[in-house]
Amino acid sequence: MSGFRLPAGGAIDRDRPVGFTFDGRALTGFEGDTLASALLANGVDVVGRSVYLNRPRGIFGIGSEEPNALVAIGSVDAPELARATQTELAEGLEARSLRGMGPVPGGGNDRAEHRYAHCEVIVVGGGWAGVEAARAAARVPGDRVFLVDEGRALRGDPASVAALHGAPDITVLTRATALARYDANLVVVAERLAPGSRSRERLWHIRARRVVVATGAVERPIVFRNNDRPGIMLTGAARAYAERFGVAAGRRAVVFTNNDSAYDAVLALRTAGVEIAAIVDSRAAGPGRYMRDRAALAGIAVRHGHVIDTDGEGVLTGVLVAPADPSAAPERIGCDLLAVSGGWNPALQLYSWPGGRLRYDAGIAAFVPGLEVPNVSVVGRANGDGLDVGNIEPLWMVPPAAGDAADLHFVDLQRDATAAALIDAVAIGLRYPEHVKRWTTIGTGNDQGRTSAVNEVGILSELTGQSLQEMAPTAFRPPAVPVTFATMAGRYRGDFFDPIRPTPAHASHVALGALFENVGQWKRAWAYPNPGEDFHAAVLRECRAVREGVGIVDVSTLGKIDVQGADAGAFLDRVYTNAFSNLKIGYSRYGLMCRIDGMVLDDGTTTRLAADRFYMTTTTGGAAGVMDWLEEWSQTEWPEMDVRLTSVTDQWAATAIVGPKSREVLARLAPDLDVSAPAFPFMTLREATVAGIPARVFRISFSGELAYEVNVPTWYGRALWDAIHAAGQDLGVTPYGTEAMHVLRAEKGYVIVGQETDGTVTPLDLGLDWMISKKKWFIGRRSLQRPAMLAPDRRQLVGLLPEDPDELLPEGASLPARANGVATAGTAGHVTSSYRSTALGRTFALALLAGGRSRIGGTAVVDLDGREVRCAVTSPVVYDPENLRRDG
Amino acid sequence: MLLIPCPVCGPRDESEFRYGAAGGVALPVDTPALGDVEWGEFIFIRPNPKGPLTERWYHSHGCRRWFSLVRDTATDQILSGPVASGWPKPPRGTAAEPGPSLEPPAESRA
Repeated sequence: MSGFRLPAGGAIDRDRPVGFTFDGRALTGFEGDTLASALLANGVDVVGRSVYLNRPRGIFGIGSEEPNALVAIGSVDAPELARATQTELAEGLEARSLRGMGPVPGGGNDRAEHRYAHCEVIVVGGGWAGVEAARAAARVPGDRVFLVDEGRALRGDPASVAALHGAPDITVLTRATALARYDANLVVVAERLAPGSRSRERLWHIRARRVVVATGAVERPIVFRNNDRPGIMLTGAARAYAERFGVAAGRRAVVFTNNDSAYDAVLALRTAGVEIAAIVDSRAAGPGRYMRDRAALAGIAVRHGHVIDTDGEGVLTGVLVAPADPSAAPERIGCDLLAVSGGWNPALQLYSWPGGRLRYDAGIAAFVPGLEVPNVSVVGRANGDGLDVGNIEPLWMVPPAAGDAADLHFVDLQRDATAAALIDAVAIGLRYPEHVKRWTTIGTGNDQGRTSAVNEVGILSELTGQSLQEMAPTAFRPPAVPVTFATMAGRYRGDFFDPIRPTPAHASHVALGALFENVGQWKRAWAYPNPGEDFHAAVLRECRAVREGVGIVDVSTLGKIDVQGADAGAFLDRVYTNAFSNLKIGYSRYGLMCRIDGMVLDDGTTTRLAADRFYMTTTTGGAAGVMDWLEEWSQTEWPEMDVRLTSVTDQWAATAIVGPKSREVLARLAPDLDVSAPAFPFMTLREATVAGIPARVFRISFSGELAYEVNVPTWYGRALWDAIHAAGQDLGVTPYGTEAMHVLRAEKGYVIVGQETDGTVTPLDLGLDWMISKKKWFIGRRSLQRPAMLAPDRRQLVGLLPEDPDELLPEGASLPARANGVATAGTAGHVTSSYRSTALGRTFALALLAGGRSRIGGTAVVDLDGREVRCAVTSPVVYDPENLRRDG
Repeated sequence: MLLIPCPVCGPRDESEFRYGAAGGVALPVDTPALGDVEWGEFIFIRPNPKGPLTERWYHSHGCRRWFSLVRDTATDQILSGPVASGWPKPPRGTAAEPGPSLEPPAESRA
């Protein structure tokens, strides 16, 4: 191909040259060029090498259908992959051709933003049909209208375009590609912003009452031997380069067509100054009379036949034409441009998904909308109107000569997939486009098969004898054009990717050198290593402090629900396995919730504040789910119950003071509170002033030690933490994190929902039979009566003490099933928790073990990648089983 | 993304809601006559038709209201307006009688 800039024509500004480079060559185009038009104007023929076969490829189309001209632009380190046909030329643009597979661009600092909008009508496509549709929609007073187009300017009737730009309630987005239409007409649009904008792209989510699809049609090539050389181009693209950019794609052209639309293009090319060597028309009947006469008038020879091959050292130098008369010899015609038109494919991505179905219209040899989709209209060429194909005779592929394997008949240029692959697919029995697509990869490139999918279906119908009326190309899927991850992410990256929830005392934890762990969105202090101390040593030190002195832990993250109403107690009776309606005011009780299938859902301590009011706590991770769960039962099953639920997780902050010396710390901070054991017994609540802050103090313990959980309004959370920490300095008050908290609770056999349980564990499996009321109904009760739930070989919670007291079992390790002392197929359970215990001076673990309770006192074997570790099976409570420590 | 009519907040994006599966499935009365099979079907079996389905939604990131509507599962068209569950609540202070489904079976009363 030896393209050149025509002396006149095109919507370019010839007074404003634009310098750019391609593969390091300094070139010049004009303001208004795309990279593709500027490359053609500079005579660049090879723009890349094909992905698998390394064949030279040139510019083939003019828009998003372009399969070949993918280039890397921008820096070498973080290039952006771009389609040259859709890249506006800009001063200093650096573009590089690709060879084989392109690189995956790096992250970079690419910025995008998101916007949201609602409208009555969105028109996609700014050609004649789209502009008129938008103008009509805008006549309805008050209706908001969006008009979206990929190009840099609308291309409709100039008067209508001018009217649109001034109208109220119309938003015109140019350089904007509709990526998808989702359910209920949510249209996602990527808008490229002008260079120098704060963001590179803006992603719109537009909810529209009606979508008008005016996306036009894409020209279809014809498949023949060596149809992939640089110099072969879609006819309409060659014409548009001349008309829009003043660029001739070649000096001497042959046109190969099966329809009338190419004739207009030929005449336009010739008018622009391209020599037309011949039109090759495949139709038996030839062109319509009007077209025949126009060609004759212009002195253009029309040959009836087929292009059966092309030649050239890579780049096209000529075509071989077989006349319709089979006895005549093929004729070689020299040319540097072969313009191909096999008809037009309406661009129906936005129509097709969701809800649309395509239908083959034999009159125009095209797939068109096959059924009405509510609130979606398809207009203009997208609807198959005005394609001007005349008496088109479908020609998907020029049949290969005898002995030709068709392995140079390219169906999908981007995927290097040929008709040979299609023949192969049919030979192994594939018939449906969905299967054939996956076998051949035709249509799976990032051009989404715009120039290949319909030819694939056409060739397939000829190979299998299936009727096109019963076939359709495979479903389009969003996005219609490639979109970068940066655009999809928008501002939701880095710190904004996901919210974090620090507790009120977070800054104090940071100052104390805490390491943090993520629990959902919460940041929880994990451990507080001293300078030079490693994590594991810190955890052991923190555990020892709690068992022997006093520790403090931030428990603000627990879920908290205020349950109010005359039926609050009765409601809790139904959602907890144990009773709460008989709980005395000012007392707390540990509660367990099951799902309807009897599996453990959540646990926590709930306190009665008044006859009609309870303060429920949930696990940190389960808070939102429990709230939803309670709302569901309250609203949908028991609407008659007087119960109201309010999440107060964020309203209260809490610090637990834990250990034998905790009473003394609390006494110092709450001089008016009688903290003696008889006056403030286990599992009760006192309202008191602590460190000058109004507080609810709960005597509850998650460690087995004497402990107080002090709850204060969130605003005072950090002040409370700091005051407790300061007040206990001489007693060695030790901040401890979630890791030490977990070790301490595991020593006492207290389960963590989600660690000891996994949705298949019942309260009975955990040995919590005493929590199951026999006197009332509760959610899950009926399921727990099923025989399978009572089977003795269910996996039950036990403690494990490895024979080697220094052996730390990995959590999740399997306990193989055994018979007669030998491992058999399958597993008998797994380790759920495993820690080093400073109180025991050894390691220990909790595990779920088949028939575990009956095996207490015996041994079990844990398999560690083939190494068998023998363990004593014990009760899950390995520390202070008599609860002697909870009163201090 | 569906546009879901909330009875309180009006049409909102699907991402604000949680799905609640088929509606109108009654909690069986828990009597000794209730067999394992019947109970198991209540827990695990829900209709999944191709076509209109009465289903429940929960406006979890909004007003926290449960409601039901009819959606065509084949076309994703919402065919009915929303019907809120359990609203309005009874006036504060009116204790409700426990429903018949809460009676424990005789053998476990001992």
